[in-house]
Amino acid sequence: MGARSPFTMAGRASFTRARFIAGFLAVPVLLYLVYVISPYAQAFYIAMTNWRGVNASPRFVGLENFQRLLGDEVFWTAVGHNGMLLVLLPVLTIAIALFFAFLLNAGGAGRGVSGVFGSGFYRVVFFFPQVLAVAIVAVLFQQVFRPDKSGMLNAPLIALGLEPIGFLSNPNVAFWSILGVLVWQAVGFYVVLFSAGMASIPREMYEAAQIDGAGRGRLFRHVTLPLLWDTVQVGWIYLGIAALDVFAIVWVMTAEHGGPDHSTTVMAAEIYRNAFQYFRFSYASAMGVVLFFFTVAFAVLALRLSRRERVEF
Amino acid sequence: MADNSLSRRELLRSAALAGLLLPAAGALGACATPSGGGAPSQAPATAATSAANPLGVPGDKPLEIVIFDGGFGDAYAKNIHQPLFKTKHAGVEIKHSATKEIAKTLQPRFAGGNPPEVINNSGDNAMDFGALAQDGQLQDLSALLDAPSWDDPGVKVRDTILPTAVEIGSYDGTFCVLNYASTVWGIWYSQKLFGDNGWEVPTTWEQFTALCETIKKSGKAAPFTYAGKHPFYIYETILTLAAKIGGVDVLKDIDNLEQGAWKAEPVAKAAGAFAEIGAKYLLQGTEGLDHIQTQTAHNKYEVAMLPCGSWLENEQKDTTPDGFGYAMFPLPSFSDADTLPHGTLHSRPGEEYFVSARSANPRAGMEYLRAMLSKKGAGDFTELVSTLTVVNGAAEGRTLQPGLKSAAAALEAAGENVTYFRFRQWYKELHDEVAAATGQLMAGRLEVGAWADRIQRKSDDIKNDSSVKKYTR
Repeated sequence: MGARSPFTMAGRASFTRARFIAGFLAVPVLLYLVYVISPYAQAFYIAMTNWRGVNASPRFVGLENFQRLLGDEVFWTAVGHNGMLLVLLPVLTIAIALFFAFLLNAGGAGRGVSGVFGSGFYRVVFFFPQVLAVAIVAVLFQQVFRPDKSGMLNAPLIALGLEPIGFLSNPNVAFWSILGVLVWQAVGFYVVLFSAGMASIPREMYEAAQIDGAGRGRLFRHVTLPLLWDTVQVGWIYLGIAALDVFAIVWVMTAEHGGPDHSTTVMAAEIYRNAFQYFRFSYASAMGVVLFFFTVAFAVLALRLSRRERVEF
Repeated sequence: MADNSLSRRELLRSAALAGLLLPAAGALGACATPSGGGAPSQAPATAATSAANPLGVPGDKPLEIVIFDGGFGDAYAKNIHQPLFKTKHAGVEIKHSATKEIAKTLQPRFAGGNPPEVINNSGDNAMDFGALAQDGQLQDLSALLDAPSWDDPGVKVRDTILPTAVEIGSYDGTFCVLNYASTVWGIWYSQKLFGDNGWEVPTTWEQFTALCETIKKSGKAAPFTYAGKHPFYIYETILTLAAKIGGVDVLKDIDNLEQGAWKAEPVAKAAGAFAEIGAKYLLQGTEGLDHIQTQTAHNKYEVAMLPCGSWLENEQKDTTPDGFGYAMFPLPSFSDADTLPHGTLHSRPGEEYFVSARSANPRAGMEYLRAMLSKKGAGDFTELVSTLTVVNGAAEGRTLQPGLKSAAAALEAAGENVTYFRFRQWYKELHDEVAAATGQLMAGRLEVGAWADRIQRKSDDIKNDSSVKKYTR
């Protein structure tokens, strides 16, 4: 009849608490298991069969698909393109976005910290590409890059009597056209992200640096960038993952879906092609498994490399 | 099962039985050689056959039809074939749908074991016939061929259609795919543009290149173009010329993945000939334009000639100016030593329809195809979508558009000299490689020798890949 011992009280409380948490978590964890983990697990299994998508009973073939993958030149071309995008897309996007964000927030002429003239307007304009659906962007740029008189970029060239540039039809140029579109589409979001980061940097720091005689370049290098490093890191990881996942722009915009002559193809495009055009679902799953490991490796590497001391303010 | 009212006990019992049998069936299915038939996952519905109902269509079971919503649209199915089917089977409820994404819509239904009865498996996103055949999803249509035709009970269906339709629709000797439309390929031009400028249709390669030169010098239009983004349009022409130079065996060797098939002399000659056209006479920017863009340029008289199939006129009906006067001519003779005479055409049945072997009501599906193959079904189709069919004489007495009329005349003139190739349907990977390499050949970035080497390597790879089902003709 005595008071309950503190031990059982605590036990009860933690049980109630656990039940409370479990109650909230059960549904999302279940959904996650069914819709995320289980497809992953199935992909690993399918990769080791000869499934062609329409049969109810695939045959187990072990690592045969992975062996074939090793000798698949097109797939390794695709991996190479993803690798280049992994380096170039974040570097270019972040550099351009930082430049614009700095101009919009602290690049104004004269004393005090303000953006360039009309920065409110530019901020909206930069965000436009982000609002457009990817497929629309791809179709839009097909027209921009058209190799005849109707092409936005080639029309002036032809008018001047020059040869039109095969932005999407010359295999040596096509990849760079794709990179250009990807950067164009991504910059807007990172301008906004970095602008938000810059807005939280105390004005006194800029003012103090200006009083000390720092110009715009030094302001950027010694005040803005160090204080914005966390945000840049996040941007880097997002863009890296985006570079590994490039698909729609390539698929919709290029000839032969990743061409001409495989010059723009990426891993996701090869997976789609093998699954839904060649009906080699098992082989496509093997590619998916490889992509999965690339993505995980990138995430681990990026988090390791970008560890850096924070500047407190 | 004719009776669907199962008691709960029966249901449980059959479920347990299925549980026992399924693994066994799975094991069989995994090593069974692909064939037209294959064990259906549910017993197909049948009824007694009779003179009025030779295929034994059950009168009360529904029939589901999925049409590819492409160049032909789906009005022909809804307004021509389905009402026609209903005239004999009023009790059969038809479930019609149309989609551009055949594979995405239907692949899960095949994997799930409840596919629709009739599928118009066509377009860019069609399901792979090799995979379907390999998995026994295609209903054996031999019974349809041997059934009396819709119009005349004295004549079998087999005798009312082109023999190539049976050959092309056969996988491993079993007829299981109906290719309904008869496509004719050639070089298309505008009768008005040619007439206004006094340009003559060429019959030899010298005349053809001379005509290209004349057109180029006139400055009125570019001589030649093709759908640069889809190099199939030009590799089709190269292969047809190769067959004309070296005979039909050239294409048979290619289809059979023979060693050195792509390095044969006729192939090299034909590729070289078109590479030269590519270097000298193409519409500016061709390699970056798609079929619609080049065909529209053609309609605007910006380019004089392009290679295409007989669907062209229908595809362009909204942009063709009045008096344009579509017409086509067969490939010019390369030299006097050509194996096949002038007038040789690439023509083959296309636009595939099949009945799912594992659907609930395959008999009704076959009956629907029988209705399509009637004179009325085929003739109305030809008039509506401006395309010939594989049904003999179905276009007779019908009003044809000028382009289709010229295609029909060319086909008539070609007689036996008709060529085609099949690897595009059999080995899609090879098709993609030929397309990629040919695009580079036409743009001058690949020499004929390197072009042939590349494609031959791919062909050999496929030949040596045990996971790819092989076909021969």
